[in-house]
Order: sequence, then structure tokens, then C-alpha cells
Amino acid sequence: MPVAAPTDELLALHRQMLLIRRFEEASAKAYSQGKIGGFLHLYIGQEASAVGALANLGEGDAIVGTYRDHGIALARGMSPRACMAELFGKVTGCSKGLGGSMHFFDAEKRMLGGDGIVGGHVAVAAGVAFASKYRGRKEVTVCFLGEGSVSIGGFHEALSLASLWALPLVVIVENNEYSMGTPLSRTLSVHDTSQKAHGYGMASDRFGTSDVLEVKRRVGEAVARARETSKPTLIEVQTYRYRGHSMSDPGKYRTADEVELRKKTDPIVKAEADLRAAGVSDADLARVEAEIEAEVEDAVRFADESAEPGEELIEAYTYA
Amino acid sequence: MRELRYREALREAIAEEMERDDRVFLMGEEVGYYQGAYKVSEGLLERFGTRRVVDTPITEEGFAGVGVGAAMVGLRPIIEFMTWNFSAVAFDQIINHAAKIRQMSGGQFSCPIVFRGPNGAARQTGAQHSQCWEAFYTHIPGLKVVAPATVADAKGLLKSAIRDDNPVLVLEDERLYGLKGEVPDGDAVVPIGVSAQRRDGDAVTIVTWGKMLHMVLPACELLAKEGVECAVIDLRSLRPLDLGPTLASIEKTGRALVVQEAWPYGGVGAEVVDRIQRDAFGALKGPVLRVTGRDASMPYNKHLEDLTIPSVDTVVRGVRAVLAW
Repeated sequence: MPVAAPTDELLALHRQMLLIRRFEEASAKAYSQGKIGGFLHLYIGQEASAVGALANLGEGDAIVGTYRDHGIALARGMSPRACMAELFGKVTGCSKGLGGSMHFFDAEKRMLGGDGIVGGHVAVAAGVAFASKYRGRKEVTVCFLGEGSVSIGGFHEALSLASLWALPLVVIVENNEYSMGTPLSRTLSVHDTSQKAHGYGMASDRFGTSDVLEVKRRVGEAVARARETSKPTLIEVQTYRYRGHSMSDPGKYRTADEVELRKKTDPIVKAEADLRAAGVSDADLARVEAEIEAEVEDAVRFADESAEPGEELIEAYTYA
Repeated sequence: MRELRYREALREAIAEEMERDDRVFLMGEEVGYYQGAYKVSEGLLERFGTRRVVDTPITEEGFAGVGVGAAMVGLRPIIEFMTWNFSAVAFDQIINHAAKIRQMSGGQFSCPIVFRGPNGAARQTGAQHSQCWEAFYTHIPGLKVVAPATVADAKGLLKSAIRDDNPVLVLEDERLYGLKGEVPDGDAVVPIGVSAQRRDGDAVTIVTWGKMLHMVLPACELLAKEGVECAVIDLRSLRPLDLGPTLASIEKTGRALVVQEAWPYGGVGAEVVDRIQRDAFGALKGPVLRVTGRDASMPYNKHLEDLTIPSVDTVVRGVRAVLAW
């Protein structure tokens, strides 16, 4: 892989973060227009987590996420058209309209969902890592979850096995401070979730997500550890979501001032400031913005114009 | 033909499939160094090594989930539950993950995994260790469920389960592990979704599976002495369900009895009864009845346990009740 100049690298990461934010804003709008049903969990504010983390992965590496999976999917390079079409429930969606917002899959990109059961997916991710080790391949699996997932048993069983069997797994807890509407102070006795690693003898790390390059570098260390030594790592990224848990969340559990304060450490704002400082012009940034807007508009149009899945798909995939 | 015990037949199936396919591995509590809680996996660790015979700590949700993830990327895990009762803490992995991955991913990922272990009452193991799980798991689209009653089926159905591209649950039985029976030589595969007629008769068609077959057949011998000849269908596969031979037999007998160890409320027996009344209504001379386990959690006391599970005697009484119409 050629070494990119720091500015080029940041430009690429900034573009991905901006794509996620504009995609999510368009999703929210489509939801309010009734074009998206069910649950819609937005990633706005957390973009640097997936973008920085997944910048370290290669083709053979795998990803397992929770229901807040749009940002992870886009950061992995999944098509915005297929993702938006999935939200619209269309047959052109990444899961043919059978999965929905919580269940984005892409076999080619090795994106294994989009899982709607908190904690249960961590063991699945450990299984993907187990398979890499079983086959003697130097692949890494990255698993995303929220801090609301670290109290449930599945998380602990998966960590226990991943460490016992030395699986090439990186578990990233996106600590956005709220487990749905319940703040950290009422869900966890120890607020630093990376400390859960100690009981399992796992490596751990903890850092914020305001600087996407720093996220990339720190997760990169864990990915290298997994790839080279087949040792798992538990990482807590300290992040924040600006929107509610889902679209039906009025956010009465926190103040508008708190949200505004947290926007001051926004990763996209920081990336743009750093790019300007490195000599990228406002015109260049405006061009990126325009390109992303066009890409998202295209995705929405594609989703809107795509066909509904036919009735024949109800049972078609029940059995192989 | 060779005579084997039920547990040896299961072991042969696992060993043969591991031999022919490197993607197949066995994982569970005590499967390796301990040689298996019920000695099904005896000798497999020595033969295949720790890469493919994987001992786990007590983490059913964890190792069931590891199996699901490994299956999604193309391995073929055999996950052993020391008893199906412990699958309760892995329920989420089986029903929310294994069964749904294919549908949720629009067919992009499959889950070719086997979950296996003993089902139903052992001997005086009490309420938490004596349950029948077929009603829970056959309810779920995306899962296949088999319950071998014979030694040949133990081998043949497990081999089919391992080769299947779907999650297959194999309900074995602690009371059958020592059972002796003949197994065909060679690649003795038994297809999933094909029931077997174990006895012919013109009086009543008895539908059963698993260890209840071994209550039903002696009951039929007793009844034969009175001139009552019953046909017996062993379902073998509970999902998908093959009722062809059952319906053909009912055309002759006009009467049917379902015998299950499981509780009466809902379940496989109820499903069988529903299908019979829909597909053979014209042939029926009376209602289809069921002999089931008693509607209570299993008592520890031996006498009470014997009364809770269907016996040869309750099967005979069930047949008489059907004939009384």
C-alpha cells in the first residue's frame, strides 16, 4: 500500500465522515416523509469512530456491528445506493429489503450485519475471528457495540472466549454516554468500559473521537496486534450522538446545551479546520461537500425509484 | 451391517465427516480431554487434535455464537450442548442469529451449523434437566430439527445434519446412548425430512419419535396378542415434517394416536394432529388423540418421574381410547 501524504489521508477520511453525516440527515428526512419505517438509529456525531477504525482494514477483514450500523457500512465502502434502498425497504437494498436499518449485510465487503440483539453479536464476531485463525489466515474481525452492551452476558462470554483462545478480534465500544435514554451514571458502576478487558487479560485502549486520524492510529495498533499476534483488544471510544437513540426519541433525558457543547468537538469540524490549516482551500472543501450532496441525492433517488421486493421473497431465504 | 451403540454411531458420523471435510469441527463443554460428558466424542481429540475438537468453558451463549459466526464465513461447526436444557442460555444465538441470518441478509449469508445433545428426561435429573425442546425449536422458521430413535438414524441423520447448509438441531437422548443396533456399512446417510414406518397394522396409526418409539413398539406387541395390529411411524425429522407415510397409513386404519414425551400444550404432536385433520379428515373414524408427558415440571422422585413420562402402559391405554370411538 503506498503511503499517503497526511493531507490526502485526512481528505479521504473527511469525505467518508461527511458522506455518513449527509446520508444520515437524508435518512432522517426520508423517515419523516414516511419513506422509511420501523427503527432508524442515526450515527450522526459518531462518524470518526467507524471511519477511523475501518481505515485500518483490508479486503479479507470482517466487521460485525449493532443496529446502529449505517455509518459502519458506509465506512466499509458499501454502496450508499444499496444502503439507502435498504432503508426504503427496496429489493435493490443491501439485504434486498428483508433486513432494514438494523440489518445491513454485504458478503463481498465482509460486513456481517447489523445485529438487533444487544451483546449477542459479540460472540458471532468472535466466531468469525475463530474461523480466520482456524484457517490460518491473517484476517482481523472488528466488532462495534455501544456502552449499553457491556452489561449483558453475551459481551462477557465473547470476551472471555476471545481472550482464552487468542482470537484476532478488535472490540470497539462506542461510548456515546446514553444507553437509549439512560445515562452512563445509571447503567455502569465503572464508567470506563475498557476496564472490562482487565478481568480477561486483554489489551485495552480508550480515547475520544474528535480526531479521526488519532482514531485510525490507535485502532490501528489493535488491528496490528490482532493480525500479527492473534490477540484481541477491547477499545472504548468516547463519542456522542447528536440525535436521539432512534427517530422516536424526543431526547428529554439531556439538555440542548449539552448537545451544543458536544458539537464543539465535532470530528468533521475538526477535520475541516485541520485541512484548512494544511492548505486545503474553502473552494476545495465546498467541492467535496457538493460531491457528497450529489452522491446522497443520487442514493435517495435510486432508493425511491427502485422496486419493492416481490411476495416470492417472503420464504425464499428461510432455508438454503 | 455392524452392531454399534447409539453413542458410537454418533461418534462415527462426526469422525467420518471430520475426515472428509476440514471445515467440520466439534466444540462444547468436556468434548475433548474429558472425552465427552456422555462419551459421544471419545477418542476424537486424540484423532483430530485441539484445533478441531475444542473444549469450552461454561459459556453456552458464547460458544453457540462463535459457532454461528464461524458458520457464516463457511466453516461447519458441530456445537455440543451437554444437554439441550443448557441451550436455554444460548436461545438467542439459535433463534435470533442462526435461524435468521439468511433472511436478514437477503440470502447473502447461510449458517451451516449443527447443534446437538441429549433431549428429554434422563433418569431422575429433576425439573431443569429433563425437558423436551422440540416444541421450542420446531416453531422457528430457518431451523431444521431431527430426533433419531435408532442407532442407524443416529449416524445417518447426524451425517446429513453436518452436510446441510442450514442450522440443524439434533435431539439425541441420554437413555438411548447405550442402545445397540445395526448400522449399514459405508456412507450411511439418512436424509432429513423422511419419516420411517417401523411397523404395519390396520387398527391404529401411531406417530412418534425419539425414545418414545421404544415405548410404542413394546406396546404394539402387547396389543398384537389381542389381535390389535398398529402401524407405527417414526417421524425422525420434526422440521421439515414428512407425513406422507402417516397419511397413507391412516387411509387404511382411519385412526391415529400421537405419542410424545413432551408436554401436551402446543408442540409437535399438536402440529401433527392439525395436519392429519386437514389432510385425512375423510378417512378418520374418530378424533386423533395424543399420549404426552404430564403437564408439569419433572419431579425428582423415581416413581413420580415414571408416571410423568409416557410408558408402555399409557401407550396401550391411548390405543384403546382411540379404538373406543
